[in-house]
Amino acid sequence: MTTAHSAAARPRAGRGDPALRAKHVRQRLRTAAFLSPWLIGFGVFFAYPLVSTVYFSFMKYDGFTAPTWVGLKNWSYVLGDYPFFWPALGNTLWLIAVMVSLRVVFGLGIGLLVTRLRTGGGLFRTLFYLPYLAPPVAATMSFVFLLNPGTGPANTVLAALGLPEPGWFNDPSWSKPSLTILALWCVGDLMVIFMAALLDVPKEQYEAAELDGAGPWQRFRYVTLPNISPIVLFAVVTGIIATMQYYTEPIVAAKVASGVIGGSGQQFEPGYPDRSTLTVPQIVYNLGFQRFDTGAACVVALVLFALAMVFTAFLMRRRSGFLSAED
Amino acid sequence: MTTTLTPAPSAVRTARGGGSAARRGARRRAALEWIAVHSLAVAAALFFLLPFVFVFLTAVMTDDQALTRELWPHTWEWGNFATVWNTPGFLTWWRNTLLYAGLGTVLAVASSIPVAYALAKFRFRGRGLAMMLVIATMMLPPQVVVVPMYLFWAKQLDLAGTLWPLIVPFAFGNAFTIFLLRQFMLTIPKEYTEAAKIDGCGEFRTMVRIVLPMARPAIAAVALFHFFYCWNDYFGPQIYASENPAAWTLSYGLESFKGAHQTDWNLTMAATVMIMAPVIVVFFLAQKAFVEGVTLTGVKG
Repeated sequence: MTTAHSAAARPRAGRGDPALRAKHVRQRLRTAAFLSPWLIGFGVFFAYPLVSTVYFSFMKYDGFTAPTWVGLKNWSYVLGDYPFFWPALGNTLWLIAVMVSLRVVFGLGIGLLVTRLRTGGGLFRTLFYLPYLAPPVAATMSFVFLLNPGTGPANTVLAALGLPEPGWFNDPSWSKPSLTILALWCVGDLMVIFMAALLDVPKEQYEAAELDGAGPWQRFRYVTLPNISPIVLFAVVTGIIATMQYYTEPIVAAKVASGVIGGSGQQFEPGYPDRSTLTVPQIVYNLGFQRFDTGAACVVALVLFALAMVFTAFLMRRRSGFLSAED
Repeated sequence: MTTTLTPAPSAVRTARGGGSAARRGARRRAALEWIAVHSLAVAAALFFLLPFVFVFLTAVMTDDQALTRELWPHTWEWGNFATVWNTPGFLTWWRNTLLYAGLGTVLAVASSIPVAYALAKFRFRGRGLAMMLVIATMMLPPQVVVVPMYLFWAKQLDLAGTLWPLIVPFAFGNAFTIFLLRQFMLTIPKEYTEAAKIDGCGEFRTMVRIVLPMARPAIAAVALFHFFYCWNDYFGPQIYASENPAAWTLSYGLESFKGAHQTDWNLTMAATVMIMAPVIVVFFLAQKAFVEGVTLTGVKG
């Protein structure tokens, strides 16, 4: 169903016929009317600020004095002198590599588990899903408490078992793994998506594989995985896109774990501990709203935009169903 | 959503008794598998449940006990919840959150419905492009455009320190809402809309009379998603409302609550419970709509 097709065919038929042409104009106006909320929204809240971001990326502007043209200086500052850019990019890539893949594996595992439960499936499903609903600020605060090195229940239990007690959110080498555990706790969205995919796998294929003597692993490898691989890919790509927006959890964790929360007059140390929880979206905030360096903030915003669009384009190509219009 | 794939393990068949050794073996394997799968499920349930349990137990401890490593409260301090409730500002945060989430959701859903309808049911040049742009805006990190947006709201409209910069844009369609509603409307057979048109309905009446009633589950799902999105939003209120505590929402205020009660983990956890609870209650009330919506997000491509 190509849209160009029907759209091109109509005006040709209508050419020269005033009644048909009037009808065509009416249809266009009607379409525009239905789309108008979004057309305005897209222009004012997306296209205009995006152009503006490009403009400001070449400007020096602190929000008070008039902006002045500085060429590529903001770019060289961000890529060269700004101490947070490379750590933030490194952390975001770490999270994409580790957090996204673990979440997909864990989500698939939980999905498989739930579809195999013959008793209490509904109860377990609800239980596994609940943490996903916890508001991120509340969930993060809970985990900073649970994992706090002094009195946290996690270390209390570890100590009772005679195991080492990590510094979790207060130790630069443990802070990202701690965030990853939090992300695994909130795996309910992937569980539901994988469950639906697993239940859609044709049962005859399993029966055929079993007749051929395939064991559980082989059935998973040669029947389940090929059937659900589009959903796995979908989970990975949307996971990557979500990770590029990963903001609330790391910034709240850093603030709460460092004990420096706005209002007390102390300057909060971004990425506490030791820049280990900085992510790319956080440095847009740091540059634009803490350092009042609009130009540099816009440079980082453009980097983020480019990254997000690459993965979005990939997703749209692989899942053309998003765009298709089988009506 | 049912998981009734196979009948429950062979309790019935065992009663029938006897059978060959091979069948006994199969039965034993099924029983072992049942035990293995359910043990795993219990272990996973502990991982998902224990954080809630410890948070709750700490929320009802005394100030002093919350500073120790003890896990079980000596006395149950239900008053902690009242203390949080009576904290100056807490009620304002509630009101602001309900305003942001409630008004934001109504506006977003109402303005997205005609857009989704047009993208699902009209044929026009540029529809593919429009759909692509909707998805692009959906995937875009909000930080990409936040700097000029802030300047726009703060410098030109002088609305910094309020929630309006977060609410007003929802009156102009929300990409995620448009996308989900459109995906659902595609599944409505065109015989319904065509029949309405033969009966003399215009597009608008067809949408309101025919499509909207059929799309009710999808609308419920996107409304829930949107409500939760606003309820959970931290970045938006941080950007636009942080300078004015009278405009804070629960998600943003919770952090400052922790700042004001540095060592009182019990009160902070009580506040955390009070912010999680409504979401979970709403979920149980609307579970079906919710799960349908989640599967709508991606699986049916």
